[in-house]
Amino acid sequence: MVVVWINDRLRRIPIWAVYLCGGLYAPYLFWQGATGGLGVEPIRELERALGLFALKLLVAGLAISPARRLAGVNLLRFRRAVGLLAFGYVCVHLLVWLVLDVQSLPLIWADIVKRPYVTIGMAAFVLLIPLAATSNDRSLRRLGPVRWRRLHRLVYPAVLLAGLHYATLVKGLPIQPIAWLAAISFLLMLRLRPFGRPSRV
Amino acid sequence: MAHRWRNDLTHEDVTPRTAWLNRRQIIGGLAGAGLAAMVGPGRAETLEPNSWEEITSYNNFYEFGTGKSDPAENAGALTTRPWTVRIDGMVDRPGDYDFDTIMRKMTMEERIYRFRCVETWSMVVPWNGFELADLLDLAGVQDGARYVAFETLFRPTEMPGQRLPILDWPYVEGLRLDEARHPLTIMATGIYGKPLPNQNGAPLRLVVPWKYGFKSIKSVVRITLTDTQPPTTWNTIGPDEYGFYANVNPNVDHPRWSQATERRIGGGLFSRRKPTLMFNGYEAEVASLYEGMDLKKNY
Ligand code: HEM
Repeated sequence: MVVVWINDRLRRIPIWAVYLCGGLYAPYLFWQGATGGLGVEPIRELERALGLFALKLLVAGLAISPARRLAGVNLLRFRRAVGLLAFGYVCVHLLVWLVLDVQSLPLIWADIVKRPYVTIGMAAFVLLIPLAATSNDRSLRRLGPVRWRRLHRLVYPAVLLAGLHYATLVKGLPIQPIAWLAAISFLLMLRLRPFGRPSRV
Repeated sequence: MAHRWRNDLTHEDVTPRTAWLNRRQIIGGLAGAGLAAMVGPGRAETLEPNSWEEITSYNNFYEFGTGKSDPAENAGALTTRPWTVRIDGMVDRPGDYDFDTIMRKMTMEERIYRFRCVETWSMVVPWNGFELADLLDLAGVQDGARYVAFETLFRPTEMPGQRLPILDWPYVEGLRLDEARHPLTIMATGIYGKPLPNQNGAPLRLVVPWKYGFKSIKSVVRITLTDTQPPTTWNTIGPDEYGFYANVNPNVDHPRWSQATERRIGGGLFSRRKPTLMFNGYEAEVASLYEGMDLKKNY
C-alpha cells in the first residue's frame, strides 16, 4: 500500500536532515536579502518570509498527529524537530523586527503594548517558550507524559494567536491569512471530542 | 544618470506659479527651504530620487494583485491606448477627453516629490506631469463644486486582481476642490522622462505628495466634480483606519501601527528608519488648507 511505502521511506530520513534543511532557509534568506534577491525593501520581505515559514512549520506540526490518525502517515518522529525549528524561526523573525526593523527601544515597547498584532504575536511567542524549553528527552522524563502533554497543549492557543497575528497585520482582508486561519481552525477542530480524538492516556 | 539635482531652492523659488513652468526642480518643502534661508543655498535638504528599478518594482496596485511585485509582473497586459478620461459632474464642458489630446494641451513639468505610503515605506519619485488644476480648467469647474471624485479603470480581463473581491471595484478616490487645485497636486504621466509604466498607474494618475500614497489614484478614467464628499475606497473598507483626508502626519498613528517613522526604499538590509515629516515635508505649502481643522479627527 502507498501508506506503507511512504512510512517506510520516511523512516529512512534521519532527523538531522530535517534540522539541516529547515535551518538552512534562514541563512539563505539573509543572503538573498543582502544581495538584492528580496527586492528593494529587504527588511520587510525578510521579516515576512521568516514569519510565514514559522507559521507553516507550526501548522505542519499541528498536522502531524491527524495525518497519522486519518491517513496513517507516520511523521511523529519529526514532530520535535518541526516544533523546534518553528520556534527558531519565530525567534529570528522577532530578532529581525527588533534589530533591523524597529531599531529603537522606546518604539519597540510602544509597539508591543499599543499594536494589537504585535501584542498577539508576542503572546504567541511567549506561549511557545515553555514548549521549546521542554522539547527534550530529559524534560519529558521529568514531567512525565501526562503533564508534558498537558503543557504542550499550549501549542493550540499559540498557533491560533499566530494566525490571528497574521490576519491583523495586513491591510484589507486578503485571502492568504484567512486561508491560514481556516486551516488552523480545521486542525484545532480535529482535536475536539466529536471528531474522534482517540481516548489515549 | 541625469536628474540628480541638489535642492538649493528656497520657498520663494517654488511658490510662484510661473516659476514652475517648463522648469525642472526639486520641491523639498519647508524643511529644506527654511534651512536654506538660514544657512544659505547649498546646505539645504537634498532629495535623491529613487532608482527607476525601485520605483517600478515595488508597488501597491491591487488591481494587479496584493503583493508588492505583482503589479510589475501582471500589469504588462494592460492596454493604455486609446484612453479617455471622462470629466463630468459640475463642469461646463463635460465629456470624454482623449489622453493624447490632454497631453497636447497641458504643460508638462518634472516634479521630484517625496512619496509616503500609509504602510510606512517611502520613496522619492521624479514625476513628469501637469497640474490637475489645468485639467480642471479645461473642463471648466462650475460654481458650487466643492469636491473632485476620481475613478480607476475597471477591466477585469486585463486587471486580474479585479476578478477577486479584494476591494470594492472600481477603486475610487476624492479630494476637496481646494486640495485638487493646489499647485502641488499633479496628474503624473511619466517618471524619469519616460511614459508611466503600467504598474505605476499608466497612462495617467493623481499625485498628491502630502497625502498617503493610496490617495494618489492610478490609471484614472473618470473625474467628477461634485458638491458632496465622494466615497473613497480605503475609507469605505476601514473608516477608522483610512480617513478621507489621509494627510501624512507623524503625530496621528494608524490604529494598528505608528506613523512616526518611515523607511526609505533602497537602503538595503541595514537601512535605518527616519522621522516622518508633517504633511510629508510640504507643511509650508499646504498647512493653510487645514487651518482650524482638528487633524486628529480628520485623519
Ligand atoms: C508564533 C509567533 C509568530 C508567528 C508564527 C508569526 C508569523 C508571521 C506571519 C505569517 C507574518 C506575515 C507574513 C506575510 O505577510 O507574508 C508576520 C509578519 C510580521 N510579524 Fe510575526 N509572527 C510571530 C510572532 C511575532 C512577534 C513576536 C513579532 C514582534 C514582536 C512579530 C512581528 C511581525 C511583524 C512586524 C511582521 C510584518 C508586518 C509588516 O509586514 O508590516 N511577529 N508574522
